[in-house]
Amino acid sequence: MTMIRSGLVATWRSVRNTFRLIFRTWSGRIALPIVLLHLVLTFFGPLIAPYSPTAMPESIDQYQNLPPSPQFWLGTDQYGRDVLSRVMCGAGSLIATAGTGALLGIILGAVVGMSSGYKGGRVDEIVMRVMDGLMSFPTLLLALLVLFTLGPSRFNIAATIGFVSMPAIARVVRSTTLSLKNMEFVQSARLRGESTFYIIFRELLPNVLPVLGVEASVRFSYAILSVASLGFLGLGIQPPSPDWGLMISQSRRFLVVAPWVALAPMGAVASLVIGVNLLADGIRQATRMAKEDKHE
Amino acid sequence: MARFIARRLGLICITLLVVSVVIFVITELLPGDVAAMILGKEATEESLERLREELGLNRPAHERYLSWIGDVLRGDLGDSYALKMPITDIVGRRLRHSVILAAFAFLVGVPAAVAAGIWAGMHPNTKLDRLISMTALVGISVPEFVTGLLLILLFTSTLHLLPSSSIILPGVNPLTSPQILIMPALTVTSVLFAYIMRMTRANVIEVMQADYIRTAILKGLPMKRIILRHLFPNAMLPTITVIASSFGWMLGGIIIVENVFAYPGIGQLLLRSIETHDIPLLEVVTLIIAGTYAISNLLADLSYAALDPRVRLA
Repeated sequence: MTMIRSGLVATWRSVRNTFRLIFRTWSGRIALPIVLLHLVLTFFGPLIAPYSPTAMPESIDQYQNLPPSPQFWLGTDQYGRDVLSRVMCGAGSLIATAGTGALLGIILGAVVGMSSGYKGGRVDEIVMRVMDGLMSFPTLLLALLVLFTLGPSRFNIAATIGFVSMPAIARVVRSTTLSLKNMEFVQSARLRGESTFYIIFRELLPNVLPVLGVEASVRFSYAILSVASLGFLGLGIQPPSPDWGLMISQSRRFLVVAPWVALAPMGAVASLVIGVNLLADGIRQATRMAKEDKHE
Repeated sequence: MARFIARRLGLICITLLVVSVVIFVITELLPGDVAAMILGKEATEESLERLREELGLNRPAHERYLSWIGDVLRGDLGDSYALKMPITDIVGRRLRHSVILAAFAFLVGVPAAVAAGIWAGMHPNTKLDRLISMTALVGISVPEFVTGLLLILLFTSTLHLLPSSSIILPGVNPLTSPQILIMPALTVTSVLFAYIMRMTRANVIEVMQADYIRTAILKGLPMKRIILRHLFPNAMLPTITVIASSFGWMLGGIIIVENVFAYPGIGQLLLRSIETHDIPLLEVVTLIIAGTYAISNLLADLSYAALDPRVRLA
């Protein structure tokens, strides 16, 4: 128990220091408010949205494709629904699905990468060849085929994204593990007779964490792009749920008469990914700064 | 060298074979009857049975797979279920369209990205570098379908300059009406430019700090020579890999871009074969995309070895 707790404490300390450093970078300071806004929408979007995202008014004709006005800040769509409310409620499912997918990929990739790299030898060779095989396939195509088989549901989309992003993460984590494994602190832990589990969890994980942080943010932005793209292609979250990709796809027919219906979710998804990518840049700079601090 | 290429080509063939089996198994597991899908809801049991007989759907799965793969190896790709045409006829035209689009985007995007990346990397943290880097960040962040629709809003709805859809009638060469290519190619280019530019910039910054560059500057070599002889070959090494893998990425991006602009290429064909459960077509299109991806990765490794004498292929 104490072993797990001390592992968590060390992990938490390194996460907290990284956040402090992110605030010192230029991209981090721009990124955090954007990402925070989207997170607020994720948790409270449906609560603070002025209208229902799915309910259609009784007289659709009267409310169809209205331009932005004080009553409907971002206008209404072809079914007379409030665009702002739909965008606000759409954040949750996209971020939750993409986040779960990215997290799944990170966990799978970290487990595969660390154990394969630490074990080495035959196992490592076989595992890495399988990862190479998976990577020799375009991810969107792989995702399309898996979803085509399993059918689109939030869980399937997240699982698919976790699966397709695992090989790249495993590769990065493995190469970090390889360089760590012969360091003195790992070797002395081995000489002390610590278990493999202890070494991976307590010695390797805190040191792999900075790499995982960068990977996590990059993977999260890829995951958002993938979920939105799949939604756009009709293989994502199904209507009438407000999904940004799907909303954009459905608004195409009204692009000329009601561009706001498309522009609102387009702005939402673009700002989210820009925010996450800036955050990734911030984390990257922060880990570099942390390294320089250590050297001084 | 020859052994390396032979081994890699062998591995690619094995990968493609595994892929073809996997897709076949996937489609076998799928619910839904292909015959019912083709004939629609009103079909009688008799006509369904006749069609199943005609398509050979009554035979056991492994038998169908073996006869299919045999035909493919002999160059006969079979007939599409939904379009009722030989797949060779459909795929050839579509593939040509996609290649034209990809080549267009590649020829514009890659040189521009490399040039911008080298400049930005040599002048880091200047105003223009910040601007280029910011543009590139937006480029990798905005999904292709958003870029595409923004272009339509700008060039079609507002300026009335370009047609919003890029439909190409059979028998028409897309090169005779280049205006339909502009927006799809720009959309593909925007992401391509962003990825390659960011990679080039990062590499140039790293190489510029190397001792041999400082030596070259201090011994008074002309800047042009330093860039061409010292900086370029070293900074391009990792970039080459990105360029090749971005070619594979482009094949994925093209699926979406072709969908946005109704451009009749291989990506649109893939989506349609998924929608109509057209398994023979899906198999062929997937194998083409996966094969192109694998071969572009091989080319990346080969060019890497050609540029870097330290890399030995074995």
